[in-house]
Formats: sequence, structure tokens, C-alpha cells
Amino acid sequence: MPALADLIEADRQVEHHAPWRRAVVAPKAWNLAVEQLVAGRWSLLGLWGEPGKVHMALLDEAQGIGVISLDCRGGRYPSIGQYHPPALRLERAGADLFGLAPQGLPDTRRWLDHGQWGISHPLTARPGVPAVAPSYRFLTAEGENLHQIPVGPVHAGIIEPGHFRFTAGGETVVRLEERLGYVHKGIESLMAGAPIERAAKLAGRTSGDSTVAYSLAFARAVEAALGVAPPPRAIWLRALMAELERLANHLGDIGAICNDAAFAIMHAHCGVLRERVLRAADTAFGHRLMRDRILPGGTASDPNEAGTDAIRSLVAEIRRRFPHLVELYDNTASLQDRTVATGRLKGELARQYAAGGYVGRASGRDFDARRDLAYAPYDQLTFDVPVLQEGDVNARVWIRVREVEQSLSLVEQILGRLPAGPTLVEAAAPEGPREGMALVEGFRGDILAWLRIGEDGLIERCHLRDPSWFQWPLLEAAIEGNIVADFPLCNKSFNCSYSGHDL
Amino acid sequence: MAVIFELAVQGAQMFSVLLLAPLLIGFVRKVKARLVRRQGPSVIQPYRDLARLMRKEVVLADNASWLFRVTPYLIFAATWVAAALVPTFATGLEFSWAADLIVIVALLGSARFFQALAGMDVGTSFGGIGASREVMIASLAEPAMLLIVFSLALVAGATQLSTVAAFMGSPEVGLRVSLGMSLIALVMVAIAENARIPVDNPATHLELTMVHEAMILEYSGRHLAMIELASFLKLLLYMSLISCVFLPWGLESAGAGPKSLAVGAAAYLGKLAVLAILLAVFETAVAKMRVFRVPDFLGAALMLALLGTLLLFVSRSL
Repeated sequence: MPALADLIEADRQVEHHAPWRRAVVAPKAWNLAVEQLVAGRWSLLGLWGEPGKVHMALLDEAQGIGVISLDCRGGRYPSIGQYHPPALRLERAGADLFGLAPQGLPDTRRWLDHGQWGISHPLTARPGVPAVAPSYRFLTAEGENLHQIPVGPVHAGIIEPGHFRFTAGGETVVRLEERLGYVHKGIESLMAGAPIERAAKLAGRTSGDSTVAYSLAFARAVEAALGVAPPPRAIWLRALMAELERLANHLGDIGAICNDAAFAIMHAHCGVLRERVLRAADTAFGHRLMRDRILPGGTASDPNEAGTDAIRSLVAEIRRRFPHLVELYDNTASLQDRTVATGRLKGELARQYAAGGYVGRASGRDFDARRDLAYAPYDQLTFDVPVLQEGDVNARVWIRVREVEQSLSLVEQILGRLPAGPTLVEAAAPEGPREGMALVEGFRGDILAWLRIGEDGLIERCHLRDPSWFQWPLLEAAIEGNIVADFPLCNKSFNCSYSGHDL
Repeated sequence: MAVIFELAVQGAQMFSVLLLAPLLIGFVRKVKARLVRRQGPSVIQPYRDLARLMRKEVVLADNASWLFRVTPYLIFAATWVAAALVPTFATGLEFSWAADLIVIVALLGSARFFQALAGMDVGTSFGGIGASREVMIASLAEPAMLLIVFSLALVAGATQLSTVAAFMGSPEVGLRVSLGMSLIALVMVAIAENARIPVDNPATHLELTMVHEAMILEYSGRHLAMIELASFLKLLLYMSLISCVFLPWGLESAGAGPKSLAVGAAAYLGKLAVLAILLAVFETAVAKMRVFRVPDFLGAALMLALLGTLLLFVSRSL
């Protein structure tokens, strides 16, 4: 059994790729890596293209992270998706953006490109004319008395756009197929050639609810590439913001899941707590969602005494009121009847797809980038990573509840040990092309950022991979055999990002 | 002169239910909002919504048939007549001979029949889902309702509401287990019929979970206003029914003078307010049930109503 480190060592390593290594490998080694993925020994962290190249980030839980790259002769490379389904949509997206053709890919329908861009393969050196969009053929399900229910992309409520095609037998879902890509904003093509400051802003706008996590992932990747060490105070402030963001989103989610079961009182009370978090963040950092507060090299704002006091009283308030809400959730039989055993996600699938965040942890995948990669300052903080095995909606709610408690404790620890000093350092211009990478735990799961900075100090290529890439396909699996009317509840318990996925 | 007065009282009842229905819904919504610490819209918001819908243009699907256009008026007419027949503040009105429980059940049943047809008329999947769920619920709620009617008829000796109400208000009714069971069954049927939590969620935006809302998704403008007003009337109807049969205090006979009629009206408003608050509290305290749990819920109502009827026979033969 080859280790990931050996695989990378054996091939042409790329200089200036930090903090983990990258190697340009031969097709044989590429196939070897695919075998390891299929065997479940490694996990796929990301798969992205560049003109004429394809990169794959891998996680070997014992050995760490590595990136392998393959030169695509004639724009072709051997498909991973045909053996390892988590790569399917990533390969389809790569084909849309770069025109890279995975050989043997069983599903060659377009994914992000709906034929509305006016060009094709926008990230290649020479984008082509738009190909005539063939009508999208949804996967079939055969049987008597089956009917299809198309839902979206425009919904009855104000939510992000996505199309869901249900095939149902009566009320029971036989197959669900998602179609995404409606909010493609072209962030990766806007990033290409952008100065670092502008690219940092773009990264923070990839998915609005995870703006802190995205900014942090981007900033850490830039710092890794340029070898910049942000000042200690900035490192701790960033963790403070990340935990506040996690608190706000988890509180909002717990309420929203209950609201989808028409239990409005949880929604109202969780909404109040979420609002308190946002207001405390506004007092401390000057922005409710803390957008653009994290920059490569440090942070943009430094909370004063009033700011940290606001956060302290926030923690006290949540500690006082949240247990009552958890009790209410746990003791409402009609609500438990909806969440328990609904939308069960099998542990094997969660591990195969390397599902991050509450989706993975509710199905027994014990991974948290904060603990397992121990990036600063989490290496100096104590916290638990809750893991459950049930994999149902209830388990995903409980993971969030436990994470709220852990985040409260983390915020207290951070406030107690916040070092003094400056919060921003200037980054020197690079002396040549530099590559950097980061994996950051957002509230949904691990966000991957990979980038290359050119000699001129501009971003050459930046890839951001949302945790939802590996969670959306699992939603299709989790809903199977459930009833159509339970889909909103399952969907909310996954709460995948449309914007972050469509990029 | 007396005839004119009686007609006036009957007319007052017909138009007062029409005017009161949106206020009742507004009040329930307000109480629900306050219970979850929201300010909530004003209690007269439903009137504004109806006025807005009346002004708006009607958008029809290309393949909508005449049935789709006629249904809103049919539903509204049937529900209004049914709601106007139930004694609210006075019994023995001019048209009370028609105020028969079976007539009311039949009127509501035909309104629902057209609603389900119209839901499927345009051919959208949500209309079909809503119609099939609605009919599933109705197929259990209607038998339960009929059994409740039987129990009441056996106790009071009539299905005519004025007679039932007069009997229930008299001391000879006593304390009967059957009536208690009928009351619980009627409340359960009323919740299901009015698409309230836990059977349906009237405030949801999730297409896939809707029952009543799914059937009317394609309606707009004055058509939607008619259907909305009919659903407001239906809630008022069931609350009037519960209060006239099980809380008959304060009901005056139509022959009484204007002064005692005013007392009757005040008592009626008080009963509505109490029932509306109870509804709002109940809806806040429970989550919506799975669609396939609804038959269990209504099955319980059916069994309660059946037990009530059987108990009557058993106690009579002893």
C-alpha cells in the first residue's frame, strides 16, 4: 500500500508549493491514486483544472495532504469519476470551464454551463463560441405508476435557485436528481489576473453565509504561498470570527429545520439568538457578517474593549437561553417524530464522499480540519468534535447543537487568551511563481483554497472548493425511500450552498 | 313588520360572517405572531390582502379550462351559504329550516370536490399532489364528520342546527360521554378541514409539503381572493359550529328584541376570540405531522365519533 508521501516523492515535485507538496505525476501514478480512492484509503479533497492540466488534492488520514497533477495531452485525462463517483460533478465542471475531457466519464452532460454564458470553456486561453445547448436529459427511473415532479429553480419562497427532479411512486421518492449551476458568477475567471486584495474580496463573496471561512481559506493560502506569518493577534481574531460565524449559522439552521416542520417557535427563538450574534459581530468587527475583515497578512479590524465585552455578554446570553431551546427541541414529541429516522445517510457514503461538517459527522465520519490539521490557534485550544452514527435529520440537528456548545467554549477561550499587538503585516512581492493551499473548517465543512501567484504578484489561478460539492450528491441518496413531503426538512438539514457550489 | 325584521336579522348574519371571517384569520395570525415574539401584521391585514388581490390582474394558464375559472366562485358561494346557515348569535332565523348539519357537510364537500378538480385542471405536478392529499384527508374527515352528526342527531333528535343548539342549551342535555367524544372529534376534523397545523401549514412556502396551498398555487387575482375568502369563511364556520353546538350560552332566538340580540352578538364574538386564541396556542405548540400520519390522526377522530355513537345506543338500550 503506497503512502501519499511516497507517491509524491517519487515524481516530479513542484517547487514553492506550501504547506503541502505537489507533484506532477505520470498517468501510472495517477491511476494508482485512483485505486487508493476507490479502496477508501484516501479521500478526495478537490479536483480542478487549469489549461492543459488537472490537479487533484488528496487526504491520507494518516499521512496528511498532497496534490498530484497530470498534464492533459490533447485536453484529455483518464476520468476518476468512472471509478470514484464523488469526482463526477467536479469533472463535469472542469469540462465546462476548461474543456478538459475526462476519458471514460460515464456522465458527459454539462454541469455548470447551461448554454447561457455566450462563450464556451471560459477559463481556457481562447474561449470558444457557445455550443448549442442540448436539452438536459435527466436520469430515468422505470416502473409502473411513477411520476415526475419538477421543483425549481424558482421556488415559492425566497431561497437560492436549484432544480430538483423527483421521480416518485405516490408519495415515496424513487429518485431525486439535482441540477445546479444557476448562480454561476465566474469567480474563478474574475480571480485570474486579479491583484491579491481584489481576489480576497472575491473569495469573501463566494458564499455569503461562509464569508469568514472563505476569506480565511484564501488568506491562509496566500500566506502559505508567500511565506508570510500573520501577527499572533490576527490569528486569534480570525478564529474568533470563524467561531462567531459558525454560531450564527448553526443557530439559524437549527431554527430553520424546525420551521420546516412548521414549529415556528424554535425558529423565532433561534432567530433572536442568531441576530444577537450578528449584532455582537457588528459591534466588535464593524460588519454583521464580518465580510472583508480577514485579509492576507492579518485582519482588517481589531475589536476594542466594547467589542470584546459585547461578545462576552453574547456568550453569557446564549449559554443562558440555548439550553432551554435544546430542551424544547428534545421534548416536543411531534417534532421528534419528524426528524428522527428521516433522511438517513449511510456512513459508508459519507466516508466515500469525504463529506465534511455536520453531514459527515452525523454519519460517523470523524473529521474536522480544526482538529485534524490543527492550524493555529486551534492547536492551542481544547474542544471536542461531536460525532454521531445515526445519519438522520435529528443527528444533524444534534451535531449542530453540540457544535454551538463547543463554539461558545472556544470563543471564551479565545477571548481569555487574545494576545496584544498589531493585526496586519505587509506581504512582500514574490520572487517567482508561488503556490499555496489551505483547508479551513467552515460551518458546513472543510473549504479548500488553492492558488498560484505569478511573478508580478497577481493571482494566476485560484480554485475554491465548497464543502457542498461532496454534500449535494449525498442529499440525493439520503432522500431515497423517504416521502416527497419530507424533502424540505432533509434539504434544510443538509443546508448545502448553491452559491459556493456554482461559484 | 316582523317578517322584515327577521329577514334583516338573517341578512345581518349573512353579511356579518362575510365581514368577520378575515378579521378572525387576522386575529389568529396576530396571536400566533405574538406567541413567537414577533410583532406580526395588523389584524386587518387580510382585508387589505383581499382588496389587493381583487385589484390585480388574473393570470391564467394557457390550458386552463372553464372549470378552472368557475371553481373559485363555486367554492366561495357554497362556503358562504354554509357559513351563513350556522347559527352565530341567534337561533331560529328565517332560513334556519335549511340550516341542517347534513346540508352543511354536503355544501363543504362539493366545494372541496371542485377545488380538487381545479387543482388538477392545469396539469401542474403540485396541483396533482395537493388534490390527491386533499382527497385522502377528506375521505377520512367526512365520515368522521357524518358520525359526529349522527351522535348529535341521536342526542338532540334533529339534524337541524337551531334545534340542536336549543336542545344543547337546555338543562335536559346533562353530562354525556358521547358529546365529549363528539367535541374532540369535531375539533380534530375542523383542524384537518381548515388545513391548520399539524395537518397542513397555512403559512408555508415549501411547495412539496403543501396540501391546500398546492391546489391553489396557480390561482391569482380575484380568483385567489375568492378562494382565500372561502377558506377564511370555512374557519369561521367551524368555530361557529363548535360554539353553537357545544357552547350554546348566549344564543338568543331570533324573535328576541334588538337588545338581547346585541348581547348574543357580544357572546358570539367572545367565543370566537377564545377559540381563536386556543387555535393559535395549539398551532404554536406542535409541529406539523408527516403526511402519512394524517390518516392516523383522522382515524382517531373517526373512532371517537363512532364510539360516541355506539355509546349512545348502548346507554339507550340499558
